[in-house]
Amino acid sequence: MTFVAQIVTSFVASAAFGLLFNAPKSSLIKGGFVGMCGWMIYYVMEASGIDVVVATVTASFFIAVISQFFAKMYRTPVIIFSVAGIIPLVPGGLAYDAMRNFVQNDYNNAINLAAKAFMISGSIAVGLVFSEVINQIIRHSTLTRRQKQ
Amino acid sequence: MENQSSYAYDIIQVCLLAGKVMLQNGGETYRVEDTMTRIADAYGASHSNSYVTPTGIIFSIEGPEPSKTQLIRISDRTTDLDKVTKVNSISRRISSGGLSIQEAYNELYRLDKMTERYTFPKQFIAAAVASGCFLIMFEGQWNDFVPAVLAGGGGFYSVTLFNRLVPIKFFAEFLASFVIGLLAVLFVTTGLGEQLDKIIIGSVMPLVPGLLITNAVRDLMAGHLISGLSKGAEAFLTAFAIGAGIALVVSFL
Repeated sequence: MTFVAQIVTSFVASAAFGLLFNAPKSSLIKGGFVGMCGWMIYYVMEASGIDVVVATVTASFFIAVISQFFAKMYRTPVIIFSVAGIIPLVPGGLAYDAMRNFVQNDYNNAINLAAKAFMISGSIAVGLVFSEVINQIIRHSTLTRRQKQ
Repeated sequence: MENQSSYAYDIIQVCLLAGKVMLQNGGETYRVEDTMTRIADAYGASHSNSYVTPTGIIFSIEGPEPSKTQLIRISDRTTDLDKVTKVNSISRRISSGGLSIQEAYNELYRLDKMTERYTFPKQFIAAAVASGCFLIMFEGQWNDFVPAVLAGGGGFYSVTLFNRLVPIKFFAEFLASFVIGLLAVLFVTTGLGEQLDKIIIGSVMPLVPGLLITNAVRDLMAGHLISGLSKGAEAFLTAFAIGAGIALVVSFL
């Protein structure tokens, strides 16, 4: 039951964020789908005891792969799909918690949380960049192969 | 000679306008640079340089005559993916030779002035529903769903309202998160909601600069150091404003 709830809510939340970012109407459902896939990968990995950072890298990597696939298929910028997709992974809650501890003078806790938020947002970026690099390597190798023929 | 020189300036104008529209609406730094270089290339200026930061773009074209440079200022930034997509398709058409410089400039100008967004009620509902969904995703309880929807909607409504009243973005975010905190405390004290923390985290999500944080790290990794640092500063200020607004409420408890 919780599993189904997670699937539905992550889909709706990602699609709603697509709307807030004024994504084209036709891409809202796809953005929701991308976000749902990413969040489910993250959720399952985290529930089975894998470290949050590793789970985030994996999820954002797959989000970027699916987004690139969609982008190629519909000839649009990747950002339309990936932005809505990564929103559930973004450590907004952590950043908020860190800030709240800062303003309440609990600096030790605040630094802890802020470092964690930084690590997670870094790992989202690593996942995205990693998939971009692989994509470029693949494109480059197919291009050179074609040139040789 | 005179003609050639004004032609180069025309190219720069088109490139800068395309870059401005993209950057103002949330395009990534590398995509902005790439698009401008491609447009210049398509119009025959194969040696161009661009310097893109979140607050301004410098673009120059080198040729047989002295190289020409222009600057454009970016003062406000939002996220409007529809415009980014449209600039992208215009740049594709330019690359395939389908648009003259004048036509391209007119289309970009029209796009820049266009304010075609989803209607406010639609955005409002989206923000409210997203807040409720985030509550469930962060393992909140279903009884807190409605309070989170209401608080998130209230927060989004007030950030839009205050943005219109005060031109300072961070102040609007501060006030909006203050409203969210008040609503959340109100719901918990009246017994409508249970977990104050979860309700607040769920409903501030539409305000949180998550996209900015990720883009900042991404820019840093791609070597766009200035963009990365300034986006990081903007994200930090926004997070600080939100945290301060909530803390103001919490400190009165």
